[in-house]
Amino acid sequence: MSAGTVVPEDPPVGKETGSARSALKPTKGRMMVGQAAESPWMITVFLAVVFLLAWHLVTLRGAFDGKGLTEEQLQMMEFNGDIVRSPDGTYLWNPEKEKVKGIPGPLAVMEKAREELSEAFVKKGTNDHGIGYLVLYTVSRFGVGFLAASAVAVVLGVFLGLNKVLFKAVNPFIQILKPISPLAWMPLLLYTVKDPKWTAILVVFMAALWPTLATTAFGVNSLRKDYLHVAAILQLSWPKRLFKVILPGAAPTIVNGLRISFGSALVAVVPAEMLLGELGVGYLSWIEWNNLDISGVIFAILVVGCVGVILDSGFNKLAGLVTYQE
Amino acid sequence: MPFLQIDHASKSFPSHTGEGEVCIFNDVTIKIEQGEFVTVIGHSGCGKSTLLNIIAGLDTASEGGVILEGKEVVGPGLDRMVVFQNFSLMPWMTVFENIALAVRSAYPDWSQTQVADHVNKYIALVGLKGAETKRPTALSGGMKQRVGLARAFSIEPKVLLLDEPFAQIDALTRGVIQEELIQMWNASRNTVFMVTHDVDEAILLSDRILLMTNGPSARVGEIVEVSIPRPRSRESIIEHPHYYKIRNHVIHFLVRHAAHVGRGSGESGAGRSGETPVLVKFS
Repeated sequence: MSAGTVVPEDPPVGKETGSARSALKPTKGRMMVGQAAESPWMITVFLAVVFLLAWHLVTLRGAFDGKGLTEEQLQMMEFNGDIVRSPDGTYLWNPEKEKVKGIPGPLAVMEKAREELSEAFVKKGTNDHGIGYLVLYTVSRFGVGFLAASAVAVVLGVFLGLNKVLFKAVNPFIQILKPISPLAWMPLLLYTVKDPKWTAILVVFMAALWPTLATTAFGVNSLRKDYLHVAAILQLSWPKRLFKVILPGAAPTIVNGLRISFGSALVAVVPAEMLLGELGVGYLSWIEWNNLDISGVIFAILVVGCVGVILDSGFNKLAGLVTYQE
Repeated sequence: MPFLQIDHASKSFPSHTGEGEVCIFNDVTIKIEQGEFVTVIGHSGCGKSTLLNIIAGLDTASEGGVILEGKEVVGPGLDRMVVFQNFSLMPWMTVFENIALAVRSAYPDWSQTQVADHVNKYIALVGLKGAETKRPTALSGGMKQRVGLARAFSIEPKVLLLDEPFAQIDALTRGVIQEELIQMWNASRNTVFMVTHDVDEAILLSDRILLMTNGPSARVGEIVEVSIPRPRSRESIIEHPHYYKIRNHVIHFLVRHAAHVGRGSGESGAGRSGETPVLVKFS
């Protein structure tokens, strides 16, 4: 997720190596290696199965065995809530207490997920909205903050990138502000805007602002002089110069900045929700922790991951539209 | 008054040590008539590309200047189009869009269809039909420079400035594009100022070849008239009795000046700065 490098698409090369590989097929061992390399999803599935199995086995706990315990001890355990008496008189582990004892297994988390997803769009109270709503809140909070920050950063970045002196003058400030964790701004923002809803959006804004600003300024500043020379000879008007030459020319660098911003904003939105108590997937994980429901916490973590992947792939599609190869 | 005149132009840069200035070329005066094809040859560092940029308006002379049709050149403009050594095509635009950008700027009143017709005409002229929607990355060096030439010719500039246009193209393709350039130029007869390292290219294309002495303080040492009648082709010119005379003369000049490289004297070559260049004509 987030700030990785761009993986270029090069189908023609892949095709060539594919045919070269097929020439190496005669031995069986080599063929298997070749096949595995050609279908990474098989390795992915294999790794997932191994992980789930290991998780299941590690967290597995046998049924309660009352043998060797006196009636008094059993009563004490029942009194403490460790075990419960079933209708037919035998003792079982208390399922409620199980939830907070150790790490829940994959089955428990799956059960929790099924439960949550079945009422994804149900509002049970002011603080208990379905997971569908929570995702929606987080995505819209993230979207507003990220888009606003990107707009501001790109405009400012282009402006600074075109003016070398100003860029050098302002750069120290950017360098100081850039490494500050967006969460560090939160108390000040909360104090200033006095509204947790806007504070959460502003935290995302702060997280997304600096990388795009710095990279855009750099990208515009280091745009190849030839392009500007052509624009100058052709006497392009300023809007044309900006939209036909400068922005598309710097687009790959700008998109890289946006990608870093995207990752850092996505990372910031979860703790912002937790700390501000704003409904969202980040807050869900905190609520479940307060409920001592570890399955719920794990489910919330998985949801955060899934939301990130979906947003990131959408971003990559957009990025692909504006980048070019030199 | 000549059509295009480089008038007592000098260019100096601050030296690396920070003390004083390094003079690249000094007091260069070149007069070019309308429709003339003039080539500058010289060793690297003699400032020939800088000279071209000054004519284009992309650079300014430290002293002196450039006069085009009686007016001083103050900046870049559509009347002087450059064909760049590294093509300088916008990689995010297709072949068509690259040329159309230029055509639209040169003829802002034209309709979409007029622009498209004009662009397609020049794409056909350089033999790139079918490649209109390709991006520069998908093209070979030769094809890229064909787009560069099409872009330059399409705006019908008064002066064409060719900055080592074929230096990055393989030798076989280079010959083909040189002849395409001759054909296009025959039709348009723009005034051309070309910078090159290639003696054969200069003889094939030019009316006059300006030989520059070495920098620092380079100057035009000799002017060689290419007394081979047009139309010329790569095949026919080598048969002409003047071809090897001119070629040998130019190469002798360059070799003589190569011997001076590194001695740091600003007085290399034929004559001191300020002197009029020697006219060389074979008959």
